Amino acid sequence: MTGSYVAFDGITRRWDGKGGVHDISLSVAEGSFVSILGPSGCGKSTLLRLLAGLERPSAGAIHIAGRDVTHLPASQRGLSMVFQSYALFPHLTVRENILFGMKVRRVPRPRREAKLAEALEMMGLEGLEKRKPAALSGGQRQRVALARAVVSGHPLCLMDEPLSNLDAKLRNSVRRDIKALQRNLGLTVIYVTHDQAEAMSLSDQIVLMQDSKIVQTGRPEELYDRPNSVFAAEFIGDPPMAILDGAVLGLETGDQVGIRPEHISLAEPDAADLVARVAACEYLGAETRVILAHPKARGLAVALPGQNNLQIGQEVALGLPQEHRVLFRAAAGAAEKDPRSIAGRASPNSRPVIAERHLQPSS
Amino acid sequence: MIDPYQSHKRRQTIYGWLLLSPALIMLTAFAFYPTIATVWTSLFSRGTRKRPSEFVGLENYRSLFEDPTFWLVVENNLWYAGVTIPASIIIALVMALWANGKIPARSFVRSAYFTPTVLPMIAAGNLWLFFYTPGFGVLDQIGGLFGLPSVNWLGQPDTALWAVCAVTVWKEAGFFMIFYLAALQTIPPDLKEAADIEGASRWTYTWRVVLPLLMPTTLFVLVNAMINSVKLIDHLFILTKGGPSDASMLLLYYIWENAFAFFDAPIAAATTILVLIVLSLVAAVQFRFIDRRTHYR
Repeated sequence: MTGSYVAFDGITRRWDGKGGVHDISLSVAEGSFVSILGPSGCGKSTLLRLLAGLERPSAGAIHIAGRDVTHLPASQRGLSMVFQSYALFPHLTVRENILFGMKVRRVPRPRREAKLAEALEMMGLEGLEKRKPAALSGGQRQRVALARAVVSGHPLCLMDEPLSNLDAKLRNSVRRDIKALQRNLGLTVIYVTHDQAEAMSLSDQIVLMQDSKIVQTGRPEELYDRPNSVFAAEFIGDPPMAILDGAVLGLETGDQVGIRPEHISLAEPDAADLVARVAACEYLGAETRVILAHPKARGLAVALPGQNNLQIGQEVALGLPQEHRVLFRAAAGAAEKDPRSIAGRASPNSRPVIAERHLQPSS
Repeated sequence: MIDPYQSHKRRQTIYGWLLLSPALIMLTAFAFYPTIATVWTSLFSRGTRKRPSEFVGLENYRSLFEDPTFWLVVENNLWYAGVTIPASIIIALVMALWANGKIPARSFVRSAYFTPTVLPMIAAGNLWLFFYTPGFGVLDQIGGLFGLPSVNWLGQPDTALWAVCAVTVWKEAGFFMIFYLAALQTIPPDLKEAADIEGASRWTYTWRVVLPLLMPTTLFVLVNAMINSVKLIDHLFILTKGGPSDASMLLLYYIWENAFAFFDAPIAAATTILVLIVLSLVAAVQFRFIDRRTHYR
């Protein structure tokens, strides 16, 4: 386990056999930004709370910096946490909120003041020291929560959906602040979110979870280009990957093929891989996203430059480049960890021959 | 000729008075008028068949101030307030903190704490009479097990007032606990988690976070407890009737006794006015000073 700063080893915590997390093993490198991504109820927050020490696992072990912390209380784990609700103390001023932890830990006053000034400056909170949380905007509260985490000086920071209470514009700017903070201070950040765009833009590593289990772990581009399951393919990316029934492309029934909409293009009718109908056109300025309907596919779309005049219901011929197709075997459909990318050359009768990359013996 | 603006304005005025009138009528009939009538009564002498009552100015107040019994009653009531207010608030708070935790049979504990509040004061008085009765009362029976002598808790001047205080605290604490419990449940649990991660002990969390957040409730409870320390005397009728030798006599009971046992309405009225003045002052001070230091969410 060298090189891993945080390690989960077979962690299980369930409530009456439901929810929570089940047999999670994961390792996180020091100084990395790791997102735990998944739909609500997948167990991602539980995983974070287990790491924080706010929940106890029923099985498994957790190590931080090589130390077994499985049974240590939250305060002895050497971490800070930013809550979704910020969890600022409403009766204390910004200054007192930030100083709270240091006072509790009896940090000497001069050091306390220095750290406070540093954090206020870093988070752009100067002049707000005497305000109470109720007199702050959402973004300012968020920054106070971050400042409180920063002054603790702990190298590990946990964040539980810290941006979900902010409006869209603010979310982008705070997102950049968080990333800059992590980089400048060399923090190891474990970040829980249900927003794939946040996870993609922030992370060095994404842990995708579903139904209490890890579906796929990897760098953002790995999850984007080589999802290992239909779930991962449809969860990551906006718009998500289009999924086609394998039979349409001449594969075995039950197998599915995924392709990113940006790789789909219009084709000459005689060279088409697929013919679909236009369901809707969304004009986005620089491009128009054409939503396509096909009885054996979902999520089909194609982006066309500028504005165009495709009619709703019109048939369009599509090219689905072989090198961008991802095959999901029937047996692997749900969440098997068997990434199979496929590439090949279309035969003259337009029936694609699938060549499989990264092929492993099928089960 | 009717000016439409004038008629609109008049209609608004009538509308306003109509909205105001229920409260105004009720308050006038049951608060303002009785207060003024009491002030008025306190300025006249007690009328007898031979000597009808006549205006005596502040004579009633003077005789009150010269009456050692009055000062004994005031002293008793101060002790009564000084003991029951802090004791019932602290016990209520401790019970609430406990009943708010993750304990088994939580709802049973909560309703058990609340039971004294549900009981009428007279019933509670009878219950405690059974506890205090010398010889076969519960306290004496328990004391007897340890070989302690029988104590006539209500019958001796040294203990009567404290015995009465105990009943009041028992009665009030459960009631105040409900307010604290409600307030505790509005404190988001992630504050506790944030404090845990920062390394705050349970004690620090309680002192630095929970108690300040409970201040509005404490203020409310404090005002209530103070009012009750003057108002809550029902149990005196059952337990001691103010005795022995006025040892457990409280102001309101004293007023009642003067007015309806000795039929001395002017003295009772004068005492009432004094109580009213002191209570208004204390309430004003409480709201002015504590309110300023209280964090309302």
